Amino acid sequence: MEPILKARGLVKRYGKVTAIDKADFDLMPGEILAVIGDNGAGKSSMIKAVSGAVVPDSGKIWLEGKEVQFRSPIEAREAGIETVYQQLAMSPALSIADNMFMGRELRKPGFLGTYLRMLDKPAMQAFARDKLNELGLATIQNINQAVESLSGGQRQGVAVARAAAFGSKVVILDEPTAALGVKESRRVLELIQDVRSRGIPIILISHNMPHVFEVADRIHIHRLGKRLAVIKPADFTMSDAVALMTGAMEPPSEVAA
Amino acid sequence: MSQQADNFEAVVATADAKVAEFEDTRKGLVGRLQHALHQTPSLVPLIVLLFSIALFGIMLGSKFFSPFAMTLILQQVQIVGVLAAAQTLVILTAGIDLSVGAIAVLCTVVMGKLTFDLGIPPFLSVTIGLAVGTLIGAISGFLVSRVKLPPFIVTLGMWQIVLAVNYLFSKNETIRSQDIETEASFLQFLGTKFQIAGATFTLGVLLMIVLFIALAYALRSTAWGRHVYAVGDDPEAAELSGVDVHKTFMSVYMLAGFICALAGWVMIGRFGSISPSATTGVIGNIQAITAVVIGGISLFGGRGSIAGALFGALIVGVFELGLRMAGADPQWTFLLIGVLIIAAVAVDQWIRKVSA
Repeated sequence: MEPILKARGLVKRYGKVTAIDKADFDLMPGEILAVIGDNGAGKSSMIKAVSGAVVPDSGKIWLEGKEVQFRSPIEAREAGIETVYQQLAMSPALSIADNMFMGRELRKPGFLGTYLRMLDKPAMQAFARDKLNELGLATIQNINQAVESLSGGQRQGVAVARAAAFGSKVVILDEPTAALGVKESRRVLELIQDVRSRGIPIILISHNMPHVFEVADRIHIHRLGKRLAVIKPADFTMSDAVALMTGAMEPPSEVAA
Repeated sequence: MSQQADNFEAVVATADAKVAEFEDTRKGLVGRLQHALHQTPSLVPLIVLLFSIALFGIMLGSKFFSPFAMTLILQQVQIVGVLAAAQTLVILTAGIDLSVGAIAVLCTVVMGKLTFDLGIPPFLSVTIGLAVGTLIGAISGFLVSRVKLPPFIVTLGMWQIVLAVNYLFSKNETIRSQDIETEASFLQFLGTKFQIAGATFTLGVLLMIVLFIALAYALRSTAWGRHVYAVGDDPEAAELSGVDVHKTFMSVYMLAGFICALAGWVMIGRFGSISPSATTGVIGNIQAITAVVIGGISLFGGRGSIAGALFGALIVGVFELGLRMAGADPQWTFLLIGVLIIAAVAVDQWIRKVSA
């Protein structure tokens, strides 16, 4: 089977630091691929390279077999890759609905929208409310409240809802449960499986081993800027995974990348 | 280490489904006021404006509280008001524009020089003047957005450059009002007066009001406006969530330059003559920033509504005229405006506490 998202030989240097060192990457259609690695292993840099936030110095990326070169997150988004960044990328003073539609606002039909470029706020608010309800985030009282007035978990929920609502080909989640309580984490994990059941593959970057082992179909282990191995959670234990990513164990030859 | 050794999450299923509900413990008048102000930040300058009009009205009676005095205030603030509109746009992106007044003066000179020295039809001269303002804005915008220089530095430099060009280009010659009137009255078009119910308005005043309404609409109800706020809030987050930050910066600085040029055209209408040494070139920036700050727009960007800047400009106008009519030393005006600036920012901080 052809990977939906494939990268070969990605390199990114920041001065003398090599963040991505000839890394390879494969995401199969319909799967949840977890990406794990020690701090500073270059997980985030690699993910940013495939989501357009970082332009790699060299290497190639293919989406559905076609070579792509993203120069900005906007281009990746237009290609159907939606990302939830660790820092969430929201404008605190703007409302939930404004944030969900940032960069892809809906305009009113007819004269108002075409010539006066008026936003269709009721439609955007209704859509945002639906998406948050699906996520079980109905606890948010007012869709027009500023994002800065939400708790960390609620903000995370809004960011995940935004990605799930608009990601048509790939959804990338960078540490989606890091700031969440037990209950909210559970909801996000359920949402991840929900998105997968709609046929959209997910890249999940996480430090939380129980979460990774619970939802992932395959686990990409990143070490020292490149892919070390790809394992199936059923074949390995969590301690094996930790041993691999910290270098305490050599990858068995059948899974080594 | 087996998977899910302790099934600690199972208990969540039986958990209380009730979500966090907060009792609003500050239902008092102060709490409610704070909340209302947080929702509508331009309410503060509006209250101050109405309060100061009422105060001077009581003190000075019908002399102040007349259509004549009210419209005189509008005429006196039209230039600063238009400049404040430009300033607001830049400040909303967490920048500052020190060159607004200088651009306005240079544009008056461009409009006059082209008409009188080169014989270009006044309509075309005005168009070229507006284009010059937009171009200067584009240069500042490029330096801020692409070269990543701080807006303060860019516009501090631009202020000096534009003022110097203004003196060099004009050879510091004033074009007299009578000459403009007889030969190129279109330059004074915005000074055209018309009457509504005994009150005298000028087209410049009308332009200022229409400009504020149009900008308020664009900032509130179009995608561009949302992007301006998002970029002012956090440019990196805006970029990641899909806003073209460069395009937003460029559009804001170019529009601000264009509006400054409009302010130049308003100046010709207001003063009649074209003078390269008009005080607007030197203090126009500070006057505009004052109006914006009194209007409750945050200097840190991303917060505030443009209506506040108009109210801020009007408050200054009310104080200036009111105190002059009351026969006070003009220094009292500056003293009170200083107090207002500090008070406005203090109120802004207090309102902000509800969101912190």
